[in-house]
Amino acid sequence: MNNEQPGSTPSAGTLPIAAISPGAVERTARRNLRKGFLLRQLVRFGAGVTAAALLLIVTYILIMGIPHISLDLFALPYNSINVSLMPALINTLLMTVFSLALAIPLGIGAAIYLVEYTGRGNKLVGIIRVTAETLTGIPSIVYGLFGLLFFVTALKWRISLIAGAFTLAIMILPIIMRTSEEALKAVPDSYREGSFSLGAGRLRTVFRVLLPAAIPGILAGVILGIGRIFGESAALIYTAGSVAELPNSVFDSTRTLSVHMYLLASEGLHVDKTYATAVVLLIIVVLINTLSAMVARRITKGSADA
Amino acid sequence: MRVGVFRERLAHILFALAACVSIIAVALICFFLLINGIPAFAKIGVVEFLAGTRWLPSNGEFGILYMIIGSLYVTAGSLVIGVPFGMLSALFLSRFASKRMVKLLTPGVELLAGIPSVVYGFFGLVVLVPFIRRLFGGFGLSILAAALVLGIMILPTIITVSKAALDAVPRSYYEGALALGATHERSVFRVVFPAASSGITASVILGIGRAIGETMAVVMVVGNQVRLPTSIIDGVRTLTGNIVLEMGYAADLHREALIATAVVLFVFILIINLLFSLLKKRAGI
Repeated sequence: MNNEQPGSTPSAGTLPIAAISPGAVERTARRNLRKGFLLRQLVRFGAGVTAAALLLIVTYILIMGIPHISLDLFALPYNSINVSLMPALINTLLMTVFSLALAIPLGIGAAIYLVEYTGRGNKLVGIIRVTAETLTGIPSIVYGLFGLLFFVTALKWRISLIAGAFTLAIMILPIIMRTSEEALKAVPDSYREGSFSLGAGRLRTVFRVLLPAAIPGILAGVILGIGRIFGESAALIYTAGSVAELPNSVFDSTRTLSVHMYLLASEGLHVDKTYATAVVLLIIVVLINTLSAMVARRITKGSADA
Repeated sequence: MRVGVFRERLAHILFALAACVSIIAVALICFFLLINGIPAFAKIGVVEFLAGTRWLPSNGEFGILYMIIGSLYVTAGSLVIGVPFGMLSALFLSRFASKRMVKLLTPGVELLAGIPSVVYGFFGLVVLVPFIRRLFGGFGLSILAAALVLGIMILPTIITVSKAALDAVPRSYYEGALALGATHERSVFRVVFPAASSGITASVILGIGRAIGETMAVVMVVGNQVRLPTSIIDGVRTLTGNIVLEMGYAADLHREALIATAVVLFVFILIINLLFSLLKKRAGI
């Protein structure tokens, strides 16, 4: 008590402690540890359920589908006996090429504009960002309906490969825009300064210095877009249609692999083939994901070196 | 030099045009949906359309109330499953998992996001629907089946955004709690989690957007009957399902009514987007 500072109220802090019985602190500590243990288990359980759901879906599809993968599943002419997925697979590749041919230049061009050509506080930039974000949130069925109303009906392209490709291009545009933007932003300013000081113009700097440095990041975005195209069905049913043959021109209707899979599943006539088709679709998606992850890893490694 | 200046200017204009494509796209989407959908509102009547309970295109009756309710039920069900497990998984990845676990699980979450919706729908159709049929009776094609499928489908959305929000909480918050004598779990649940709450709410809102807009997976497992459900093993029809099921053969007013259905869906999505971007700004992710 002699140590008390003058002026402080006597025993203000000591009274409650005195009221605590011996062992109470230990009990509280033990209870906290027990609570912590339970919470830890709860969190582990939650993550476990997520992992289990993924494993269940993937292994179930693989186990049911792999035995039914056969050569005639990959036969070129589709008929109702072999239910081949080959035309649909080739159509999907065509669709991917056309959509990317539209979305990559637009997406990268937009990203270049946003990162290299505009200052902060530009009003147009704000609008562009808001609309790009809106595009990300629009459900694919709305894209499908828009494609049907605009490309198919208003532009009279009919239900066709090209109408589907344009619809998908708008859908993946925000993905490519965002990843390209991030990749360009990640290029150090010293690159720009170096290039300008060597007398290069803005355009030359963009194409000769910035884009080559940003390519891995852009590529990761493009691969994400490809994954989206392979998985898409709702946006394509009423824009690209469901003809299971190779198209003769871009104005022919084509079904992609996902649409093919949907039609098989809803017909319910070829359940075995549907499982096999699901396996092929799943494997392609896993490959695309792995590729994207590999590219992304390369970026982080690259930036660590820099 | 002249040519150089011209080229620079042309490039500037071209890049600006590319950037404006997203503005043009949103404008076109709004314009074409509205111009094709608004006549239906006028002809059917806004109240009759939104609050009507009968959908009988051959009789000229177009009421989508039960589909709005169906969409809401299915979305709510998916949240019941997706939100708790998504949050717990995000907490695990952000604060509890070892580095090796994170390396193992992150590609898993990415794969979950990459699986096409038709594969989810097919899985629901061949596994969940028969399971529900055996367990609870009925057809199995039900709100419950759709909620389970969607619950899994929105997991990656909730996990990724929540994890980003949790990771963005300053380290000093966590360390401060530890210094006050809290256990690791207590600091995470009482300090870090509340600090990340607006980002986590944003993840849930994004999940709602995904769930309400999902089409193919839902159509395959939800039964698609236009009715007011009395239990979760009843089938319903969602707004998205209505569009995709009938657009193939609809004509005239029926077709316009389907586009008007999409307008209603679009308005829901715009509200959700707005909420999401507001929350995202607040969460700083």
